[in-house]
Amino acid sequence: MFGIAMRGGVHPETKKDLTAERSIIRQLPLPKRLYLPLSQHAGIESRAQVQVGDRVLKGQLVARSGGPLSANLHAPTSGTVVAIEPIIAPHPSGLPAVAIVIESDGEDQWMTLPTLDDPLALSPDELADKVEAAGIVGMGGAIFPAAVKLRQGRRFEIKTLIINGSECEPYLTCDDRLMQERAEAIIDGARMIRHIIEAFEVIIAIEDNKPDATAALKKAAAPFGMIEVRNVPTQYPMGSAKQLIQAVTGKEVPAGGRSNDIGVLVHNVGTVYAIHEALRFGRPLISRIVTVSGGCVQSPHNVEALIGTPVRDIIQACGGLNATPARLLMGGPMMGQIIPSIDSPVIKGCTGVLALTRQEVNEHVPSPCIRCSRCVDACPMGLVPLEMAKHAKVDDFDNAQQYGLRDCILCGSCAYVCPSHIPLVQFFEYAKGELKERRNSEHKQEYTKRLTEQRNERIEREKAAKLAAKKAKKKKPSRQSEAAASEPAATAQEESAES
Amino acid sequence: MFVATLVLTALGLLLGWLLGLAARVFAVEENPIVNEVEALLPGTQCGQCGFPGCSAAAEAMVEGNAAVNCCPPGGRALTESLAELLNIDLNSLGDAPVPQLATIDETLCTGCTKCYKACPTDAIVGATRQIHAVISKACTGCSKCKDVCPEDCISLNPEPLTLNTWHWTKPEAA
Repeated sequence: MFGIAMRGGVHPETKKDLTAERSIIRQLPLPKRLYLPLSQHAGIESRAQVQVGDRVLKGQLVARSGGPLSANLHAPTSGTVVAIEPIIAPHPSGLPAVAIVIESDGEDQWMTLPTLDDPLALSPDELADKVEAAGIVGMGGAIFPAAVKLRQGRRFEIKTLIINGSECEPYLTCDDRLMQERAEAIIDGARMIRHIIEAFEVIIAIEDNKPDATAALKKAAAPFGMIEVRNVPTQYPMGSAKQLIQAVTGKEVPAGGRSNDIGVLVHNVGTVYAIHEALRFGRPLISRIVTVSGGCVQSPHNVEALIGTPVRDIIQACGGLNATPARLLMGGPMMGQIIPSIDSPVIKGCTGVLALTRQEVNEHVPSPCIRCSRCVDACPMGLVPLEMAKHAKVDDFDNAQQYGLRDCILCGSCAYVCPSHIPLVQFFEYAKGELKERRNSEHKQEYTKRLTEQRNERIEREKAAKLAAKKAKKKKPSRQSEAAASEPAATAQEESAES
Repeated sequence: MFVATLVLTALGLLLGWLLGLAARVFAVEENPIVNEVEALLPGTQCGQCGFPGCSAAAEAMVEGNAAVNCCPPGGRALTESLAELLNIDLNSLGDAPVPQLATIDETLCTGCTKCYKACPTDAIVGATRQIHAVISKACTGCSKCKDVCPEDCISLNPEPLTLNTWHWTKPEAA
């Protein structure tokens, strides 16, 4: 039907049957404490707007966006702010991150929500502002602020809006369940985004292993002519924006470019749902669907969790653990990140929590590269992973970039097929990190050099000024007479200018 | 009169010639590569390399008396560009010194203003009898503030790892 939809890619065992047939658990017991890290988005930390001891209502703004790529943060339930302190972040480093800790009062009392007009009657800019106020970020895991993307979409001429419901990561079914259970809301959100960016067409792309979700969305989209629901082949990493665009439109995003450049904008179904909630009901982003799965979870399910709920609580809601997990992941098994503690909170970009058994992790001792080039065939970006890793290994980052490090999306397809089990993605993460560090140090060097030059100039100026003042002091009497002589002349000039 | 003019002219010419000769014979050879190296260095004259300033460090590097990774503010990027310029094998270098950042202990600071006057990059803000603070973005870790602080309340530490600066380490195997 599509011919070659994607370059490379792999077909890992999907393992979605663990949760795909079970409906979302909506009523989780209210957690005692919620932990809201101030950095749950792409840009810099947001700034806390509450103080310890403040009482907050559900949906109330607790931290304001700190910059252009930052996002607002809202209280997921009513209660008291008991601390603003570092907690262990849901991040592989295990480093602390500052978080607002809210102790819930059990009442779950909403703030007064505004009564809203029909969002489709408002201007696109007003709607984008509302999306920004609601603190919505890319819910597929990219955590890029949705409003920024919408505004970019307004600056470019967008022909196609793609709603990404492909969900290619194994285990994860949060988007699948969301599409099945809340299809109307997603269609409504898609219409609003279309209205904001004034797109010509809307295509909802779903991998062909989700017939129920496809049927539900087709049914919901039927009354509106402009929304097309389309199946794409099941292939990892179909959910990556660049790959999906290619599969749907046949166009390729240029290296170093953005999807805007070819007139396409991609939003995840989770983001679309959040936008619907914000524009239709005025509810900010305070909860999300999380897939809780893996061999160690007693009863894998999707849950609707408040942002800030400790991972321990949502696993408990799924029957708890039946064994000590060999690995605890946030996100999918291909691109998800190891989390250091089961007490880390759910954040906006958390698509899933996986507690995997040793068998599922299937770890091997790496052996040397045999240059079989299977990674080259698997790379969906058309790069040469074996050469990139070879150069990263000896810290030759310039050459690693030559082989395409910059375009690497860290999807892990190469590492998945590697018969030598080389941790290729870790090599690329390392190289990307080192390059970033190098760029930062270069910036700092330029900055401090400029500061030193400015300081030296200032000191020279001050010296000169002092010298001049000294001279002026010595010549004071003569200067005074000079000034007296020149003053009337000046006033005369001013007068003439005025007249 | 005529003789005097002649003598003085001859004297002038002779001395001028001597000067010219001396300039050639005792010429200080300036290595153009030193200038190139100096242009690459941060130029904040912080002295963390152990030399009085960037130009002295540049000279020492060209002569081989200083390692090309001795400049903490320059970091890895500088080391690599210097190694390429001077044709030095990166693997032959030892561990580079870690960049440092100054921090002021607010419980001890009396607001004497000495440190911010000494800072070569204006990285310290403060006013008389107000607690001073370091802007880490502009601090090169040169320790000039620490040297002048009468309260001994400034400490230099490696930059702490944050979620923004952390990245995966290089895998050991394969």
